[in-house]
Formats: sequence, structure tokens, C-alpha cells
Amino acid sequence: MLLKVINFGGKMKKLLTLVILFTSTIASAGTLVINSNQSGESSMAGFNSYVEAFKAAHPEVTVVVNEFEHEAYKTAIRNFLTAESPDVAIWFAGNRMKFFVDQNLFMDVSDVWDDAGLNDLMASTKGSLTVDGKQYGVPWGYYQWGVYYRKDLFDQLGLNVPKDWEEFKWVCAMLKKNGITPITIGTKFLWTAGGWFDYLNLRINGYQFHMDLTAGKVSYEDPRLDAVFDHWRELIDPGYFLEDHASFSWQDAQAPQINGEAAMYLIGNFYVPTFEAAGIGDQMDFFQFPTINEGVGVAEDAPTDTMHIPAGAKNVEDAKKFLAFMSNANAAGEWAKIAGMLSPNKNAPKPENRFSIMGAKMLAAADDIAQFWDRDSNPDMASAAMEGFQEFMVKPDREDKIRARLEKERARIHGAL
Amino acid sequence: MTFWERNQLKLAPFLFLAPAIFIFLIYVIYPIFDSIWVSFHEWNGMDKDGVRGNGKPNWEFVGFKNYITLFTDDDEFYVSLFNNIRWLIFSLLAIPIGLALALFVNQKILGIRYIKSLFYFPFVINAVVIGVIFTWFYNPKYGALAYVLSFFGIDPIPFLADENLATYGIIIASFFPGIAYTMILYITGLTGVSREMIEAGRIDGASGLTMLWHVVLPQLRAATLIAIVVTLVGALRAFDLIAVMTAGGPWGSSEVLAYKMYQEALFNYRMGYGAAIATILFLIMDIYIAWFLYRLFKNESSEK
Repeated sequence: MLLKVINFGGKMKKLLTLVILFTSTIASAGTLVINSNQSGESSMAGFNSYVEAFKAAHPEVTVVVNEFEHEAYKTAIRNFLTAESPDVAIWFAGNRMKFFVDQNLFMDVSDVWDDAGLNDLMASTKGSLTVDGKQYGVPWGYYQWGVYYRKDLFDQLGLNVPKDWEEFKWVCAMLKKNGITPITIGTKFLWTAGGWFDYLNLRINGYQFHMDLTAGKVSYEDPRLDAVFDHWRELIDPGYFLEDHASFSWQDAQAPQINGEAAMYLIGNFYVPTFEAAGIGDQMDFFQFPTINEGVGVAEDAPTDTMHIPAGAKNVEDAKKFLAFMSNANAAGEWAKIAGMLSPNKNAPKPENRFSIMGAKMLAAADDIAQFWDRDSNPDMASAAMEGFQEFMVKPDREDKIRARLEKERARIHGAL
Repeated sequence: MTFWERNQLKLAPFLFLAPAIFIFLIYVIYPIFDSIWVSFHEWNGMDKDGVRGNGKPNWEFVGFKNYITLFTDDDEFYVSLFNNIRWLIFSLLAIPIGLALALFVNQKILGIRYIKSLFYFPFVINAVVIGVIFTWFYNPKYGALAYVLSFFGIDPIPFLADENLATYGIIIASFFPGIAYTMILYITGLTGVSREMIEAGRIDGASGLTMLWHVVLPQLRAATLIAIVVTLVGALRAFDLIAVMTAGGPWGSSEVLAYKMYQEALFNYRMGYGAAIATILFLIMDIYIAWFLYRLFKNESSEK
């Protein structure tokens, strides 16, 4: 029964994709087919503004956009890249991109970078789109991670923004003492716990070690990771995280902060439209994740969203035009702005939202940029590890068992060290 | 007489069946064997001739390796298997509750029709919606359950965030539509219960539970069989509520085989491993299907 349903489902999806693509590609030259995952309201509006600007500049190209739901897109992309490719596909930088590069499913677009001057315009994000010295896509937006906090609660208690780990713990203790949950988090869908691990590891062991870990070159039982889990425990044991966080999605975890019951939230800038809509925009502020180890360079999580040309694209010429159009500072800036992101184009109009301004400044000063736990690591390692992080945040005593399990998983995926 | 005219009667049934058999072969039989074949391979779901980033081929024959890993080296597999068993056992509770409700609404009271339809309502609601409603209900901070418990001075129970309670929390949510369905089955069954037998039972001095057990229930056997079948199928297919309510968590403790298969195959790109889990689930279902067919044939032959 189940087998039937699932196999049928798979076939159906392929069939549907085929039908959509067939009807949309009825191969007249000059038709550009784009598969997009920009399904949220503001994301879609941002993407559409870019498409409109492109159409105005290139009236000879007919643009057809196939819109997918954001989560469903993650599985659909493997079907359409191998079956019937669009000419442009929206995706993510880092390991998520590399997976398809390794499968020869994304085209080398280094020439677009050269011809459109992107090497200079997008120098800051170039690294995350480069594999073996070649670029396999063009970024369109990125955003910062950091701590979004209730400034009014801090002011009431006379607390300052913590700059280092001791201050951070002291702020947590003071909040807790006054009946406020210091840190809100919802780990039901796991990735929020990945954000905490990213920052602790980046601040304690630095960028290079973190990248080696995500690449599977370091054991999860490596003694250098002890400090990461120890620091994490310093927040878990006194109960600084929101209670029962495994019940909550990241959206559910907003409620305590909006209600003034929780003070801080380590999250991405996509949180801003929500709390502004909830009417606490003026009470909120942002600070960079505090320093822990003085000796390591400052690295930040800044996930980058990208565009690629699938290897099976039919209209490569127009697809390259579409990617190269990112050199148009206004169109690029508009897309990022409406979608609540920062534009990778350095000539794009400066952001106006104060959280974006703070983010842009912070990222410009950063020594290194990481993508995010589940974008830098292998997909199965990422989910196993984040499950482990969630378990650790609830049952810290199981640390050894969890790390042994993760190491076993790492060895299976990346081979023995 | 032409060949067609001579054999029309013999051939017609096969011709009528042909389209259905054809589709059944393509969409049911072939995928089953294909899945079993895939389960002997390591495959990331990409081009079978391609090569991975680490130099290994996308598609590689590994014999029974997936099954060996599953049984000897994957704790989560046993968690899922055990959860499947919990689902099978506890979801059956919906049947007596449904029967009790059916007996309750099977009375001649003013407005009972509306009450019946209210009780049936949950079955009409989509499983995803039920999952969302129950997630809110269990929410330990703002949920209805926490609110009710606070009246009794009990701390909120984080059902879905507790590794021991999460599966039970989801099974309870599955009762919501399950009870409604078995209730309707029994209501229909009760209309067929013979009045004479009940009268006869009364004369012999039976009442209450004795009457229910010895007179009414035997006449509801058909309804009970369907209720069991539907509930067990539902339990083995449990997936949507888990995906919505816990996404298999916390830390994989509420996963069942179907969910784990989905997770491995579609998220972790381990098609072969996912297919091995599917094959195990298929074998478990076979036991149950065999029992069901046995019952069915036995019933049919005794009716003849």
C-alpha cells in the first residue's frame, strides 16, 4: 500500500514537472525558463521585480517562471535537473551547490563573471560560488545572522550589549534572575540549533577548523570540540534557553520574545519583517555574537542565495544574459531589498532598514563568511548532527554518546580519518 | 461463427480486466520489485552512470550491506520499528472507544442526529489540519492542554518535546479521526442488529455488558473486522501526522519506518538505504495482509 503510494507520488511529480516544462518550453528560441523557489510573499515580489527589470532591458527574451513551494523545491530540483532542465534554477551556495557541481549538473559560468565584471562587483561572495577556481553560479542575495534582542528589557534592567562570553553569561543570569527567559529558540526543525553550534565553533575554534569539520575532515570526538560543548553547557545547565524548545518551530519561538517574556534570539535577518509586523520593531535591536576566543578571526554566518544554469539548459545564451543582469546595480539591489536581504552587488543602493544596515556593516568587517551548518555540510551529516545538537540541548549529559554517534555517521559518509 | 463470437464470453472478462491489470502491474508490482532491487545498491538518486564528489559511483551494487547496516548499526531503525509496534497496538484503542460512542449516540433523543454528525466531523478534516490543531493543543506555553492542567496545579507536559511521550502524543491525535470512523462503522452495524435476538436475550435475563458481549457484538463482527483492518492500515501508514507534529523528533524519537524511509531517501540522498527500509516495512505488511486474506477467504468459504 505504502510502496504504491510513494512510487506513484514520485512518478506523478516527475510527470507533472514534465508537463509543466513541456508546455512552457515549446521550443521557440528566445524563451527563457526559470525554476524558482521564491514562494514567500516578499521573496516572490523581490524576484518579480528583477524579472520585470530584465524583461524591460531585454524585450527580445520571453521569460517563463515556474514557481515552486520553497521546501518542495529542495526535492524537486533533483528531478528536474536530471529529467527536463530549465534554463535557470534558483539555489543555494556552498555545499548545496557543490553537490550538483560534482554531478556535472550545473554549468561553469566563469565567463559570465568575467564578461559582466562580477569578479569586482561581487568579490565578497565569489568564494562561496567557486569550485576548483571556477564559478558555477551567480549570487543574488545574502543575509546576516546574529542576536536580535529586546532593547527595552535590557534598558529596564540596565544591561549593556555583551561583548564577550563572560558578559554574555552575566546578561543571561541577570535576565533569568528577573524572570525573563534569556534566550528563545525553537528546535523542532533542528536548524536553529545548528546556528548555535556554528557560532560557538566559529568563535572558539575559528573559520578554518569549522570548514574542516563541515567537510568531514575532523572527528566529532576531536578534543578541540570539547570547549564548544562545554561553553554550550554553560548556557544549558542554568536554563538560559527557552524551556521545551523541541516543541517549537522557529516561528513559534518568536512569541515569547514578542510578548516580552524572552530577551534574545540568535537567528537570521529574515526575522525582521515578522517582529516589525508584530509591532515591536522599535523595542528590538541587534548585536553581533560575542567574542569567545580573542585569538580567532571574526567569522559570521551569512547564507547566500544563488542562480545557476543547469547543464541541460536549452537556452544558454539568454540564461547567461539573465545572470549577467545582476551587474545592474539597481535591479539587483531592488530584488534583495524587497526580499529582505543584502545585495551581493557592491554598487547596489545601500539598504535602508536599520537591521540590514547593521548587518551589511558587520559582514563587511568580517574576516570570513560561513554559509550555515546545513548548507556547508553534507545533507545527511547535517541532519544527523543537528539532531544530535537538539538532543544535547535537552540532555547535555549524553554528550559523549551523541558525539560518538556523530563520529560514526561522519566516518560512514566521509571515510575513516 | 468467427473466433470472437465463439469465445466472446470467455474473453470478455479478461478484456475488461486488462486496463486495470496493466496499471496495477506498472504502478504496484513493478515498483515493488524495483524497490527491492534498489535496496541492494548504494544510490544517491542521481544519474546511475555518474560519479560523486568523493570519486565513488552514484550507483553501486553492495549486496546485503544496507540490510546489515540497518540491523546491526542503526539505533534509529529499532526506534522506528518499536514505534511502529506502538502505533499498531495503541491505535487499536480507537475501536472500543468508537463502539462506546456509537452505542451512546444510537439512542432516540431529540437532536441526536446533530450530535452524530458532530462526532463524525473529525474524520472529514484533513490529517495535516488535525496535526496542526493538536500541535497547538499540546503547546506547553500557550496550548489548551497546558491551560487546563494549570487549573489542577500541574505543570505543562511537553508531549511532543519528550522522547518518551512524543509517539503517544501523535497516536492520541490519530484517535481524533480514527474514533469518528469506527463510530460510523458501528452505527451502521447497529442498524442491522436483529431486534428479535435482543428480545430473546432479554427474556433469558441478559442485560448490560452480558447483552453487549454475547448478543450485540457477535452481530457486529463484520464491522469489527473492517474497523481493525482500517485502523491497522492507518497505523502502518502513519506519516502525515508525524511529519506535521514532530518531524520525527525530538532527535528522531518519534520516527516510524515510513518516516525514516522518507528521511533517508529524500533528504539524505540514500535511495538504496531508504529502499531497504521500505522492503522491511513491506515484509511486515505482508504478514498482516496474509492474515487478512486468510480471514477473508475463510469467511467467504463459510458463507458458501
